[in-house]
Amino acid sequence: MKLRLLSIIRKEFIQIIRDPRTMTLILVMPILQLFLLGYAATTDVKNIPLAVWDQNRTPQSRALLDAFRGADYFNISYMVGSEDEYRILIENGQARAVLIIPPDYDRDLLEGHAQVSMVLDGSDATVGSTALSAVHLIVQSYATKVMINQAALSGRAASITPPVDVSTQVWYNPDLISAYFMIPGVVGMILSMITAMLTATAVVRERERGTIEQLIVTPIRPWELIVGKLLPYVALAFVDVFEILIIGHFWFQVPIRGDLSLIFILSGLFIISSLGIGLFASTIANTQQEAMITVLVTMLPSIFLSGFFFPIDAMPKFLQVVSYIIPLRFYLVIIRALLLKGVGAAALQNEIIALIVFAVVIMAAASARFRKRLD
Amino acid sequence: MSESYVIQALNLHKYFRETHAVDGVTLQIKAGEIYGLVGSDGAGKTTTIRLIVGALKPDSGECSICGYDTQRKAEDAHAQLGYLSQRFSLYEELTVLENIRFFAEVRGLKSNEWLPRCLEILEFVGLANYKDRRAGQLSGGMKQKLGLASALVTRPRVLLLDEPTTGVDPVTRQDFWQLLIRLTSSRLDLPSSSKEKQEDNDSSKVAVLISTPYMDEAGRCRRVGFMRHGQIIAEGTPSQLRARLAERVLELRGSPLKLLRYVAQKDPEVEDVRAFGDRLHLRVVEKKADLVVNRLPDKIRGEGGKVDDLRIIHPVLEDVFIELSEKTYE
Repeated sequence: MKLRLLSIIRKEFIQIIRDPRTMTLILVMPILQLFLLGYAATTDVKNIPLAVWDQNRTPQSRALLDAFRGADYFNISYMVGSEDEYRILIENGQARAVLIIPPDYDRDLLEGHAQVSMVLDGSDATVGSTALSAVHLIVQSYATKVMINQAALSGRAASITPPVDVSTQVWYNPDLISAYFMIPGVVGMILSMITAMLTATAVVRERERGTIEQLIVTPIRPWELIVGKLLPYVALAFVDVFEILIIGHFWFQVPIRGDLSLIFILSGLFIISSLGIGLFASTIANTQQEAMITVLVTMLPSIFLSGFFFPIDAMPKFLQVVSYIIPLRFYLVIIRALLLKGVGAAALQNEIIALIVFAVVIMAAASARFRKRLD
Repeated sequence: MSESYVIQALNLHKYFRETHAVDGVTLQIKAGEIYGLVGSDGAGKTTTIRLIVGALKPDSGECSICGYDTQRKAEDAHAQLGYLSQRFSLYEELTVLENIRFFAEVRGLKSNEWLPRCLEILEFVGLANYKDRRAGQLSGGMKQKLGLASALVTRPRVLLLDEPTTGVDPVTRQDFWQLLIRLTSSRLDLPSSSKEKQEDNDSSKVAVLISTPYMDEAGRCRRVGFMRHGQIIAEGTPSQLRARLAERVLELRGSPLKLLRYVAQKDPEVEDVRAFGDRLHLRVVEKKADLVVNRLPDKIRGEGGKVDDLRIIHPVLEDVFIELSEKTYE
């Protein structure tokens, strides 16, 4: 009956609005997350502290150092004079890499076979791997420049161009700004965690307080109870999506190239999955604490496996398979595509179907477990 | 005819793991009847009531409210009843009026009906002045009244109350019972709709099943059922129950009480000695009352005590309760 449903919805809304803590959580937390992840979480590796042992100390070696200074990747922070010195710097974490220029560098350069060596701190794999590729890049391009200069000096050719070159075009995110990558992810993360947690605790709270017993013994149907309890949180989740999109777009300059209504519809689909997870957790947990922990335990691994921070393609096959049952994985693809690529629903067919399947399954399972009884 | 019973529970059983919490309980209550369920903690009263309202599923047995099976036609059964659970709690963030409105609407009151009905019922229980107060800020007694109001707002034909007055002050307890009596003696004493004729017909009166630890409340019920270990071991009107111990309860007054008690307990025909305020109630073996009355005072005086009075009295329900609690089964 409509009236029963409306009265449950009204009651939930009143409870939420008069609970300042929950309201703050719902409205403010996404903003905090956004700023935190938008600024602090960057996968761009820059300004790696570099120690240099220049055993040559000639204009040529200084020219090489200039090439290093020119790129953003390294900061030349220390000039050392011995292995012991740089060992200490690496152990203390003050330097992450060491460039060693041998004593005969300038002579070897003229003869065409100079070699410099690099010691890298591998304990931070991200930094290490970036530094590794960066150093090759810098040295190669410097070497090419030297070759061209030498050829020009010896008059061999007006200029020598390297035989193979690559011209790159980065679509959608030309500057590879990590904020563009992070923020859609934040939308997904907030939606999944907040809605699941709030739903789970809202239902369990009735059980904890004892109000559920009164509610059971009324003509209200189980589906009315479920829908009535969930609807307010759906509404609030949409408010959050809206918030995040606004801040993301106007503050972080994340583009919104896709169709807004599609964004909202598909976010709604994802919200239903998260609500389903929350509802399911509420049928397992007996206290609010248990409910929160159950949701956390389910959500945290999902976030790691969803492709938010780490690319799924880089994971072992087994985990890649597991990621197929995580709705966030599909939603991330969708939201990133909608915001950055501006594609239509057709391109996202597979993901949409996956989300629908998941939502139906989880809601069915949760509803089946949800009983209007105390046992 | 089963139609005349508004609450019909037949041979209910409920197990919680190993515990046989409800062991073959049968309860049949008619319209207009107040039935009291008494028993010690853990006897199975709350579980029985929860089975009857459908909050728990019985392992075997049947139960129906106004003819609706509580398992198969649960929502229809629920529409007929009002329930006040032992752990009654309210939505603390909502006001008194919002709380009662919620229960009114969820129990089926229409949008043009709820307001007058809610105000009416709040008036009935004496909470009209507090309608805009947050439920969390009510005193214990007021919360219980609000609970009763929520259970009554749809004018149910059946009311189930699980220890509704525990923890409530004596004045409120009296108020509560006044409300219950008004409820069952006339149809809510409220302005009824023009459709209902003022028939003095029992069948339209509210039936109440109330569980209570208070013997004075039990005494006000039309029938009382005594539960122990999940079974109803005695059932009847308060008079019938009291008759079980007819001619078996003596009242002893004197001093010092400790001595009196000690001597009385030694008497082989005295089964039990209890303090009742400033006097002692002695329960004696059947037909031995006169014997004890004749010989006990001398024994007491022989040990240096003083006897003011020793005589047979009408038993009170407490005496019956104690006897039933201690009875061992052959």
